[in-house]
Amino acid sequence: MDPRETEYAYRSLWPDPFGELNPGPAAAHNQSMRQPHTRNSGEPLLKVDGLSTEFVTGDGVVRAVNGVSFDVYPGETVSLVGESGCGKSVTALSIMRLIQSPPGRITAGKVEFEGRDLLALPEAEMRKVRGGKIGMIFQEPMTSLNPVLTIGRQITEPLELHEKLTSREATRRAVELLTMVGIPDADRRIRDYPHQLSGGQRQRVMIATAMSCNPRLLIADEATTALDVTIQAQILELMKSMTDRTGAALLIITHNLGVVARYADRVNVMYAGRVRESAPAEAVYHSTRHPYTAGLLHSVPRLDRELGSRLEPIPGEIPDPGVRIEGCAFRPRCKFAVERCATDDPPLGGVGEDHMAACWEHERVGRESGTPGALTR
Amino acid sequence: MTIHSETASTAAAATSAANTVPHLLQVKDLRVHFPVRRGLVFQRQVGAVKAVDGVSFSIKAGETLGLVGESGSGKTTIGKAIVRLVKTTSGSIRFDGQEITQLNGADLRAVRRRMGIVFQDPYGALNPRLTAGSIVGEPLIVHKLTSGKGEFLDNVAGLIETVGLNPAMMNRYPHEFSGGQRQRLGVARALAARPSLIILDEPVSALDVSIQAQVINLLQDLQERFKLAYLFIAHDLSVVRHISDRVSVMYLGKMVEIAESSRIYDNPLHPYTQALLSAVPVPDPIIERQRTRIVLRGDIPSPLSPPPGCVFHTRCPIAIEDCPLAVPEMRELEPGHTVACIRAGTAV
Ligand SMILES: Nc1ncnc2c1ncn2[C@@H]1O[C@H](COP(=O)(O)OP(=O)(O)OP(=O)(O)O)[C@@H](O)[C@H]1O
Ligand SMILES: Nc1ncnc2c1ncn2[C@@H]1O[C@H](COP(=O)(O)OP(=O)(O)O)[C@@H](O)[C@H]1O
Ligand code: SF4
Ligand SMILES: [Mg+2]
Ligand SMILES: [Mg+2]
Repeated sequence: MDPRETEYAYRSLWPDPFGELNPGPAAAHNQSMRQPHTRNSGEPLLKVDGLSTEFVTGDGVVRAVNGVSFDVYPGETVSLVGESGCGKSVTALSIMRLIQSPPGRITAGKVEFEGRDLLALPEAEMRKVRGGKIGMIFQEPMTSLNPVLTIGRQITEPLELHEKLTSREATRRAVELLTMVGIPDADRRIRDYPHQLSGGQRQRVMIATAMSCNPRLLIADEATTALDVTIQAQILELMKSMTDRTGAALLIITHNLGVVARYADRVNVMYAGRVRESAPAEAVYHSTRHPYTAGLLHSVPRLDRELGSRLEPIPGEIPDPGVRIEGCAFRPRCKFAVERCATDDPPLGGVGEDHMAACWEHERVGRESGTPGALTR
Repeated sequence: MTIHSETASTAAAATSAANTVPHLLQVKDLRVHFPVRRGLVFQRQVGAVKAVDGVSFSIKAGETLGLVGESGSGKTTIGKAIVRLVKTTSGSIRFDGQEITQLNGADLRAVRRRMGIVFQDPYGALNPRLTAGSIVGEPLIVHKLTSGKGEFLDNVAGLIETVGLNPAMMNRYPHEFSGGQRQRLGVARALAARPSLIILDEPVSALDVSIQAQVINLLQDLQERFKLAYLFIAHDLSVVRHISDRVSVMYLGKMVEIAESSRIYDNPLHPYTQALLSAVPVPDPIIERQRTRIVLRGDIPSPLSPPPGCVFHTRCPIAIEDCPLAVPEMRELEPGHTVACIRAGTAV
């Protein structure tokens, strides 16, 4: 019998034509066998509770984030995943209190970080949190790095501000950090400006900056989306290893279900400004309880999908954020919808151990939506 | 069997004789170099970007060839060279047996009518001042395929319906459409002149997963219905594998590997292909925990000064002293599976 039929070992599909995988001088092989982080008791590091953020636009009020709740425990990697416009970035910016006002406004909710409500903090205190206890990396490093400052200065500035280092100490630490994130000749490169670096190198500098003050939480919003595949892999591995090494928690915000599967311990699936499913990664992918999550998993082409199989897209498109939908916001695209979905908005509730979903039909979803990958074939 | 390097072409010709489906497109040793000039008044040529540097492949009627590679590897340039939007530096492009690199005027237009192209950016690719109907119908006018307004409108309505949109939308402007709908309009336009080959340059890269799947399915349906051949360009290996019969991998202007989709995935022979595959995460945490990752060091070198010999040697995990010395030839290591690496297929 073909061993693949009984025991699916991914490696068996990846034979090494060169005999053995020989790392050689130019590559780092990373055979992870990473075990997912499991939540032990204790308090969450970050607790987002009922967060709502709106924007006042010419066409009316846009509810970008509508009662979002999720937790991040110390040392954990948590993901916010969803398609564009579902409110991921607005959630991150609201946590950091970086929403432009006007037109934006946080209208409800709490953001507790290490026991303090960030939304109630004076701005001066908040400034210490940003780039201090919470580091951030965004999609376009060119806009988050200051173009007129050398990359050395971008790192030494927060060190002098938050850690009260002298300029010489800060410079030494900057060189160390840049070396750690893989910038060659860091002592020379600290004099370069952002535009002199490649996209991948800029993202490395962003990571060095974000990690410089030993944060407890690193927020990465589509941090690798604009990068090439092999560079994307480098940067993700770097973020993961830097946070692993320092014990910081990592909040990965992305639309890429593969990246989430590779790195996240816990997953929050967002749709139309709300979290619709939340569980440990394995449960989200293998015991899916929300039709939107199931729809995404059946839409996405994957390397281990049977060749010649047909994708099953979610019909329709995401709702216009300005339009209010009665009942469940996913109903117009949902193949599980029943009558009550049109009138009653399903709350995010427990559907299993440590597993929450916002769907009236979550039991049927659990029974009927297998995953399309090799494991379940 | 469909790729030719100068030395392997005899062997390749022998295998392709067994093949009954004729080649629609045959590209041989294609080079597209862009001059790099310096100086404000007297511009001197100081070098050349070898965007495409000796690439050979072919596409059969009704077949999909996928073209993957990272940014700057030359994918778009190949597509543009085929439809003659950029000048070929050397090499041959035969379409339906006819050499097209030197064509001009009416002959060129006649060939172009049989090729469609869909561009990556669903926002920038459509003229914002034209209605959806005029955009989709433009090729009908350019190629004089329509007589009279009534027929034109009927045709355009049919095309818009074919790509799954409501014909009543033809009087709207591009900004009134979503990204997915715009990409459908781009496909409708590419279909207008009834081509036999469509070049799809990153047609779904900018789209959300659920919309991407809709467009991929549409492309597969249209291919079946109109017997189209596709050159499907993308950087996402999962998407390319899904839609393509065969896949070719580009790196810095060179093609490094070409094979049937299943072979590229089951048995990648080039170290770059292996790294590329391992960099693509599978949306499944259980599988991901068991996968071996090859993380390449360093950045992609500048195409202005590509490394000598094998262009990949600076990042290659298995490079040896010989790698920088000579450009590796494409070798057919299993039927239809061709690789440009001196170490591929040798046990270490
Ligand atoms: N008109 C031009 N003049 C000069 N250089 C060019 C021109 N067009 C492309 N190039 C260069 O040729 C190389 C290949 O470009 P090309 O657009 O074909 O890459 P690609 O594989 O399509 O990349 P991407 O994934 O970013 O779209 C690049 O280095 C690019 O900068
Ligand atoms: N400054 C703004 N003004 C008005 N609407 C905004 C603004 N920023 C974001 N939005 C809206 O909020 C919603 C969520 O956006 P965002 O959080 O950026 O989505 P994501 O990051 O998930 O792609 C979208 O509908 C977006 O158009
Ligand atoms: S509540 Fe109803 S409409 Fe909403 S996701 Fe569940 S089944 Fe679908
Ligand atoms: Mg965003
Ligand atoms: Mg391109």
